[in-house]
Amino acid sequence: MEPIREVEGRAIPFGAKNVDTDVIIPAHWLKTVTREGLGRGAFETVRAQPGNVFDDPAYAGAPILIAGDNFGCGSSREHAAWALLDLGVRAVIAPSFSDIFAGNAFKNGILTVALPQEQVDRLLAVAQTDPIAIDLEHQVVTTPFQDRFGFDIDPFRKACLMEGLDEIGLTLARDEAIATYEDRQARDMPWLAHGTEIAA
Amino acid sequence: MASRPRTLYEKIWDAHVVETRDDGTALLYIDRHLVHEVTSPQAFEALRAAGRTVRRPDLTLAVPDHNLPTTARRAPDGSQLPIDDPESAAQLAALEANAPAFGIRYIGATDREQGIVHVVGPEQGFSLPGATIVCGDSHTAAHGGIGALAFGIGTSEVEHVLATQTLLLRKSRTMEIRVEGELGPGVTAKDLILHIIGVVGTAGGTGHVIEYRGPVFEAMSVEGRLTVCNMSIEAGARAGLIAPDETTFAYLEGRPFAPRGAEWDRAVAWWRSLATDAGAAFDKSVVIDAARVEPTVSWGTSPEDVVPIGGSVPVPDSFADPSKQDAARRSLDYMGLRPGQPMTEIAIENVFIGSCTNSRIEDLRAAAEVLRGRRKSPQVKWAIVVPGSGLVKRQAEEEGLDRVFTDAGLEWREPGCSACLAMNPDKVPPGERCASTSNRNFVGRQGPGARTHLVSPAMAAAAAVTGKLTDVRELVS
Repeated sequence: MEPIREVEGRAIPFGAKNVDTDVIIPAHWLKTVTREGLGRGAFETVRAQPGNVFDDPAYAGAPILIAGDNFGCGSSREHAAWALLDLGVRAVIAPSFSDIFAGNAFKNGILTVALPQEQVDRLLAVAQTDPIAIDLEHQVVTTPFQDRFGFDIDPFRKACLMEGLDEIGLTLARDEAIATYEDRQARDMPWLAHGTEIAA
Repeated sequence: MASRPRTLYEKIWDAHVVETRDDGTALLYIDRHLVHEVTSPQAFEALRAAGRTVRRPDLTLAVPDHNLPTTARRAPDGSQLPIDDPESAAQLAALEANAPAFGIRYIGATDREQGIVHVVGPEQGFSLPGATIVCGDSHTAAHGGIGALAFGIGTSEVEHVLATQTLLLRKSRTMEIRVEGELGPGVTAKDLILHIIGVVGTAGGTGHVIEYRGPVFEAMSVEGRLTVCNMSIEAGARAGLIAPDETTFAYLEGRPFAPRGAEWDRAVAWWRSLATDAGAAFDKSVVIDAARVEPTVSWGTSPEDVVPIGGSVPVPDSFADPSKQDAARRSLDYMGLRPGQPMTEIAIENVFIGSCTNSRIEDLRAAAEVLRGRRKSPQVKWAIVVPGSGLVKRQAEEEGLDRVFTDAGLEWREPGCSACLAMNPDKVPPGERCASTSNRNFVGRQGPGARTHLVSPAMAAAAAVTGKLTDVRELVS
């Protein structure tokens, strides 16, 4: 995962609420065995409309996306995060995110920034003409107009994003604790420890 | 020492904590991992690239479901037929190769037990009460119906579970949905969960695990409970739970991977101890009056857009929230509906009975009861019944349900996810309407431009008969 400290540039002023992952990447794009190239299918149904923000040359390669409440609801498909990455998006700003999407974004080095609706509205207005900057280290979003919006982030996620840490590698280092748990489970709850091997 | 009263969720959580970190996150042990062909190839590839193995292949079960065509899978000579679509074929081939390469038990496309992962898990006794269950699919919440803590994960988490059999998680908040009273005749588990999502909203459960409580769920079959928990994610909750009880134990006993003998007795004793303690606190509580739940249908492009079948398409200006007004206008435009139109005047051209929400034997019986001795309306161009698994299919055929469907003019198909998300050839044509027993009415979900109305199996059958959305209570007394 590529480390991320700040994201700065144009922001796509999408703004829609309840954007589900079927909108971010329709199911027929999921028939792939790689993570690459999904940007072509990103927001396909939105892009079918003339004059949509995603095809506005002003936002070509914009690293930030601004959306409404409950962004990324619905399917657990991580393809939604891969599609955003492939579009060049490294951060999404919205009033709230679905739990699964927020996790998928984080694991792909996409920063999700939750801000109150009125601040998101302000950023949507700024994004029409000007760039936006997100400083992860100081947890603040700024605009060229003195706007300064602080945001919260889980400290563990912040550290992983800033260092580009490999979460699986970190967990594998806890092998002893996992093995101890497995021994205890095999003793106390053997039916859970058996899985598919119980069948004759 | 008396301990603090705990909820069902807290008890399962506590039993699976490998270790807690200073920042409050926990490494949680995962007991069961279901793998399908769509969200796993990238995870296996990453494992391979890093030289990693699957820690507990015996706690992992792989089944293809999303991509498989629901037409015949075997040639007359018994050989497996190839899939026409090259991308779908490649995903299936990847799972067929990855499962044995990593030592994982694999139920193949032509095996009798094949089906939708969320039907297969409980049916095989692989999913158990009190277990932590994950799958790269948001409808994993379904397994909460047998009292498991089950939730969908992304592909990076699939890889994490394959490699470590754990996930790093922060404890969710808890939400109680208590349903008081009794459901009326003709009102099913699907109507109830659609009604609940309408009340809670698609983001109402975000950050929470829901526990469904009250006499309605106690009286409900396991199939109905799986339907309810399945759609928890449609209310924003990653997981939904119903306490395991005698109904659950009777359902699971004797299934292939369920515990046996003395282990079964020990398991049941533990399962009985899982119910939420008297006095345990929930972070949020919603009370629903069962008597007010009618057969429910969706009108828009979000599962919260529901009304009773006797109602009408809402007027967008009637919503208090301006952004909801906008969303409703866009939904009605996409759905080709006008404000105030009675729901029972909406004509449908397609019917889909299936999906991980409603493809179990009880669902098929409910649909067949309505269709018995009737024919589908000539206005209905395409109507398919897709059983949730090969075992459901065989059971239905033993009961003669397949004949009821085909005599009524519906097609009887092979198991899979099918037209719920249209990754296989089963799609609703652009601009056409479908009465669907699936879980999502999102824009383009059943095919580009397709218009979905979410309904129960009995309501889907009623729509097939009349060619429009219909109150099933008018057809079946």
